[in-house]
Amino acid sequence: MNLSTRSRFKLGNLGPARASLPLIIIGIIVSAAMVLPLAYLGIRASEAGAGIMGILTSYRTFEVFANSAILALVVTALSAIIAVAAAFLTVKTDLPAKKFWSVILIMPLAIPSFVGSFALIATFAPRGSVLQNLLAGLGVEALPSIYGWPGAILALTLFTYPYVFLTTRASLRGMDPALEEVSRSLGCSTLSTIRRVILPHLYPSIAAGSLLVAFYALSDFGTPALMRFDSFTRIIYVEYQLAFDRSSAAILSLLLVALVTLILYLEHRVRSKAAYYSLGPGTKRDPTLISLGRWKWAALAFCGTIATLGLFIPVGVLLYWLLQGVAVGASFPNLGVITLNTIYAAVVATAFIVALALPMALLAVRFPSKSSTIIERLSYIGFAMPGIVVALALVSFGANHLPMFYQSMGMLVFAYVVLFIPLSIGAIRSTLLQISPRMEEAARSLGLGAGRTLLSVTIPLAKTGLLAGSALVMLTIMKELPATLLLAPTGFKTLATQVWTGAESASFSYSAAPALILVAISAISVTIILSQEKESGRR
Amino acid sequence: MASNTKFAIIGIIVAVAIVAGVAGFAAISNDNVPEQAETTGAPTMETQTLTIYSGRSESLVGPIIEKFEQETGIKTEVRYGDTAAMALAIIEEGRNSPADVYYGQDAGALGALAKEGRLLKLSDPLLQKVDPALRSPDGEWIGISGRARVVDYNTNLVDKSELPDSIWGFLDPKWKGKIGWAPSNGSFQSFVTALRLIEGEDRAREWLVGIMANEPVVYSGNSPIVEGVARGEVHVGFVNNYYLHKFLQTDPAYPVAHHHTNGDAGSMINIAGAAVVDTANNKEIAERFIEYMLSEDAQTYFATSTYEYPLVEGIKAVGPQLPIKEINKPNIDLSNLADLQGTLDLLRDIRAL
Repeated sequence: MNLSTRSRFKLGNLGPARASLPLIIIGIIVSAAMVLPLAYLGIRASEAGAGIMGILTSYRTFEVFANSAILALVVTALSAIIAVAAAFLTVKTDLPAKKFWSVILIMPLAIPSFVGSFALIATFAPRGSVLQNLLAGLGVEALPSIYGWPGAILALTLFTYPYVFLTTRASLRGMDPALEEVSRSLGCSTLSTIRRVILPHLYPSIAAGSLLVAFYALSDFGTPALMRFDSFTRIIYVEYQLAFDRSSAAILSLLLVALVTLILYLEHRVRSKAAYYSLGPGTKRDPTLISLGRWKWAALAFCGTIATLGLFIPVGVLLYWLLQGVAVGASFPNLGVITLNTIYAAVVATAFIVALALPMALLAVRFPSKSSTIIERLSYIGFAMPGIVVALALVSFGANHLPMFYQSMGMLVFAYVVLFIPLSIGAIRSTLLQISPRMEEAARSLGLGAGRTLLSVTIPLAKTGLLAGSALVMLTIMKELPATLLLAPTGFKTLATQVWTGAESASFSYSAAPALILVAISAISVTIILSQEKESGRR
Repeated sequence: MASNTKFAIIGIIVAVAIVAGVAGFAAISNDNVPEQAETTGAPTMETQTLTIYSGRSESLVGPIIEKFEQETGIKTEVRYGDTAAMALAIIEEGRNSPADVYYGQDAGALGALAKEGRLLKLSDPLLQKVDPALRSPDGEWIGISGRARVVDYNTNLVDKSELPDSIWGFLDPKWKGKIGWAPSNGSFQSFVTALRLIEGEDRAREWLVGIMANEPVVYSGNSPIVEGVARGEVHVGFVNNYYLHKFLQTDPAYPVAHHHTNGDAGSMINIAGAAVVDTANNKEIAERFIEYMLSEDAQTYFATSTYEYPLVEGIKAVGPQLPIKEINKPNIDLSNLADLQGTLDLLRDIRAL
């Protein structure tokens, strides 16, 4: 029984050979938006002076570039392990309080990475941290240093594994339970079923989430800065923020684009061409749950540890800062308006992103060709760039080519689309792979138009992916900073900008309240989004 | 094929709807966002809105800008962001920049804007309010408040008499592993640039290599250094003067104090300053803003709320701080600090960055 490693059907044989015009139009529009940051980098890079050769040829640049690449690799591997284990436990086993753990294990995504890193440092720093103070009684004067590799890996893994968790979870829920039943009826053990049937079916979603983790690790600035890790983004920031040398920064950013392109190419090459959907009608039953038995406690300990490090510790530190602030009489003005702003921007942008991501994913899955692949791969560029690079590219484009549009809500939504559309495309793409194109064909042959087919067949079947994609996008938008600061309408504040304002002036109590609200509304959104899943686990 | 055409039509309608929707948001937000309070000030000024790009955060300068609105009746729209990012935004926006005034956190960003030719020369009466050493020699920007480099030390671990008068004293091996610094921090890099200007490239390198030999602990910025000093992770740290006072406010017994070196880069005074951008609609109103920031009210505000040094004669700094006049600051042109390339190359070369 080996359902997935060999392709039995060419996708192209099942669907119509060519994509319909609207799909192509949306694909082209979205890719044009994605090309903007690249075009900007190209223009700035062409203006570079001679000094750039010194930077490019120095051993130091090479070393730091390698640091970032290795960091991305390690963080991705660890995130995938944690996320797949967590997804299994919360979907396929009889783990107690699965709904609770599902929400809790997604939540680290809501913690802005610099807040999370700060909290980890406050807890685990070598001297004067919470843990060292606790151990001081036992004569521990200093803990092993968290700074550098360990801190960067720990923080990035904890705050990005939910990308893989959400996409994997969606695929696990979308899987036809009949596949496992067949496997077991043919005598495979639980473990062997997992290894030979379930895991191979999860590859596309694990890969989709892993790409996001890798690109996040490559482009993040906050965590490496706080963890004193020598990352490539730091060099880019130095050029921008200290030397005001936009051309050198652009050339270095293009170096990052080259690495990202290589990763996208490799991921595409190793991608299995297998069919991930089942050919039969599927069962209507809930999948049988694996009994954890004596392993229940180990499973709970695992979930608890991850949740403690990724959520409870940051929230605890934030609460401590808040109480400290309240003690000295800090006030938190306008948080109601700011919270509504944040929700408004995130909901509107998420709606746009999902509406654009669905056709993009359909294009990539149903009409695989060189151009649809390039269009889909291109969508990752914005997410893989340091935020400041994309934000400045859009400042330049907006102010000079769309002045009416500049510093408006529309511009901000546009920026969020450029930055975060791959989060949604990846999640939707991996669930679409589980849906047999024959379902759509059947609907069409019964006389349903393309639009109706999309609404009444494709969207309901892809619901888990659409929801997972929405959750990823919502949470990520709510904590976005550089583009929000540069492109939002003047005076439009979000919770993330308030957190930053406090951190910028070293008044952490000022940061604590908006950060806690951010976590709270993220938890509510995740709960609402996941509650939509109820019916969608079954077909 | 018929249904394909229908799909195409639906798709185009959706695409148009999306574009229209986004444009709609643009229109709505343009109408709604600048919500302005009723003002009672001078009628001539009321018709104009002053757009300020502030690299200083709202918690620092928001209250005083609000007061400016109340007292002058001039409406403001303030965009808050990172000092460098806001300057870069003005440069990227080019001729279409909405900015009238740029208000930044260090002389480097102001110098970068001046170098791009994006600043207007300020009028002489305004310039004369501030020490020439703390404004642009060409009159393109002016210091509003002062930010002094200091050596912060842990009062439990270090006796004041042990602290050297010169930054060169920290090359002594007795400071091994006890120094905190932040080579990626802008203020620190301004300090290194000053060191190069004052003592020359070779001496600057010698000092940095000497400090590196003492295995300094690297921090991400000034606040983490002060906290590191307080926690005893390090005994001394190279920072700016105002960070400590925030911690002193929540904990008066915070075990950290300032030390000033004598006439070298370690006692440099940098500024937070403002400038009129060349795209300003009305230079006069823009200058009124800068004038207000140099008024007694505003200068007192900076002394008591941001703990920076006021730059106008007759207003005192608060807290346990040496008066700005008593700091033996080195003699340098702050606009030369805009050229950071050499500093970055040097820091990279000795592997501090």
